[in-house]
Amino acid sequence: MKNILAVTEQREGALRRVSHEVVSAARGLADALGAEVHALVVGPAGIGDSAAELGRWGADRVRVVEHEAFGLYNPDGYAQAVAAAAKDGGYFAVLFPASAMGKDLAPRVAAKLDAPLATDATALAIQDGDLVVTRPVYAGKAFARVALDGEPRLVSLRPNVFRPAENSRAGTVERLDVALDPAAWRVRVREVVAAAAERPDVSEAAVVVSGGRGMRGPEHWGLLEALCEAIGPRCSLGASRAVVDAGWRPHSEQVGQTGKTVSPQLYIAVGISGAIQHLAGMRTAGTIVAINKDPEAPIFKVADYGIVGDAFEIVPRLTDEIRRLRSEE
Amino acid sequence: MKIIVCVKRVPETEARIRIADDRKGIDPAGLKYIVSPYDEYALEAGLRLKEAAGQGEVVALTLGDAAAAEQLRSALAVGADRAVLLKGAAGMDGLATARALAAELKDAGADLILFGMKAVDDDQQQVGPMVAELLGLPCITVAAEIEVKDGQVVCHREIEGGYEVVEAPLPAVVTVTKGKHEPRYPSLKGIMAAKKKPLEEKEAQAGGERVRVLELSYPPERPPGRIVGEGAEAVPELVRLLREEAKVL
Repeated sequence: MKNILAVTEQREGALRRVSHEVVSAARGLADALGAEVHALVVGPAGIGDSAAELGRWGADRVRVVEHEAFGLYNPDGYAQAVAAAAKDGGYFAVLFPASAMGKDLAPRVAAKLDAPLATDATALAIQDGDLVVTRPVYAGKAFARVALDGEPRLVSLRPNVFRPAENSRAGTVERLDVALDPAAWRVRVREVVAAAAERPDVSEAAVVVSGGRGMRGPEHWGLLEALCEAIGPRCSLGASRAVVDAGWRPHSEQVGQTGKTVSPQLYIAVGISGAIQHLAGMRTAGTIVAINKDPEAPIFKVADYGIVGDAFEIVPRLTDEIRRLRSEE
Repeated sequence: MKIIVCVKRVPETEARIRIADDRKGIDPAGLKYIVSPYDEYALEAGLRLKEAAGQGEVVALTLGDAAAAEQLRSALAVGADRAVLLKGAAGMDGLATARALAAELKDAGADLILFGMKAVDDDQQQVGPMVAELLGLPCITVAAEIEVKDGQVVCHREIEGGYEVVEAPLPAVVTVTKGKHEPRYPSLKGIMAAKKKPLEEKEAQAGGERVRVLELSYPPERPPGRIVGEGAEAVPELVRLLREEAKVL
């Protein structure tokens, strides 16, 4: 049986959470096929030492490509390394995280391997021995089920959808000696500039507190920041298109068809009426809370829980209640 | 400097989507079509780079059916110098699309090839870097800022929680996100001029689609929710529900 390759992601020598998600999803496929999961770790010298932990998430083998230039994401070098590992293993499928790195990397590898790629998948299934990928289109207004005619089948997985599940396997670490050609690497990442807030990206956050025009102006975002702070470190801020277009918030926070599509466990929409292109981008959230003055706002149609009223009274109260809860824990 | 901007005709983002009877695609009846918003940012970036250089040419290129000429006219109206329509189907397989575009771009002599970072219909987000690989060009994706200097392109590439400063030598492929690329509106003069600008039509190199759509479906309906109450007094009950029922706090 041909195996599954799970491409992981590290930043500054630490594996990111999406890596566990991809390995866990690969485990599910491998079990359905009676195959093995090979996790691939590409990173700087020494990254192999922390790679054995991937056995915990279901990796039978952990293949490591180390290079001194791989401390930062290096598009050309990573693509060479992943394509070489994928060729060498003759895989049934190669899974990537649909993170910023994975979205950049997977198409390059697909072109190198001349292999079909489906991106941002939200479900995988084996039917009659073939892989069926479910992926949102039109930012989630519809879902497409697709088959990939060719091997290996390349798929990137939407962050936060495939939950990491402990499923202990050997996780045998092996150094992979692939031919790398640094002279051909022309894209150079000079530096990584982190935003001031130490918060996950809105696309990877477990909880999203999202604000719309009902917040009346950028000067009121402190209320949403305080709520986010009270909820905890895996909470991030989101925004509607209206407030991004108005220049109140950066585009990197925008949720919807012309922004990011998100699947947090909890999505709190404050003062967002719920335009169709916004709803498309967040309707796969686990639980949706809407706070809005207008009881007729479309956001209430997708919300699990709604409160009708003034966000400027409701949000501070919610922040207080959650703080109280956290202090009792 | 010669800049080629690849654009795509897509349904308007506020539109409701109706799945076609064969369930393999959408029903185009009654839909309004636009230039995919990220492609508008790419076009804006291209026009600004040409203006900054003080000379050059911006060419709009699309793969699509005859109706996509409408989107090329929009590109010409905001300032593209000429346009090329490759007649063919742009399906879900990015590599098939990339091959058709690469065949056209191979000998086009562009210094910079720009794409929107994704098209907002299939959301595959893959054609730009695939074209770069096929042409052997360097590629920077999701650029919020783009600067060309001394034969290099330097971009701010958006990543989770920040950005990377990335550089590559020209010629190069760059995919563009919003950043400060707020697209300009066409002037009446621009719209009139667009009618006279060259728009060349060619047959695209055919298919080879390997991403096969089995079926489209609507998103699962969310179970009906409830209004917990009105005003701040409803908050304790909301918190209780989030803890005990939804178990998300």
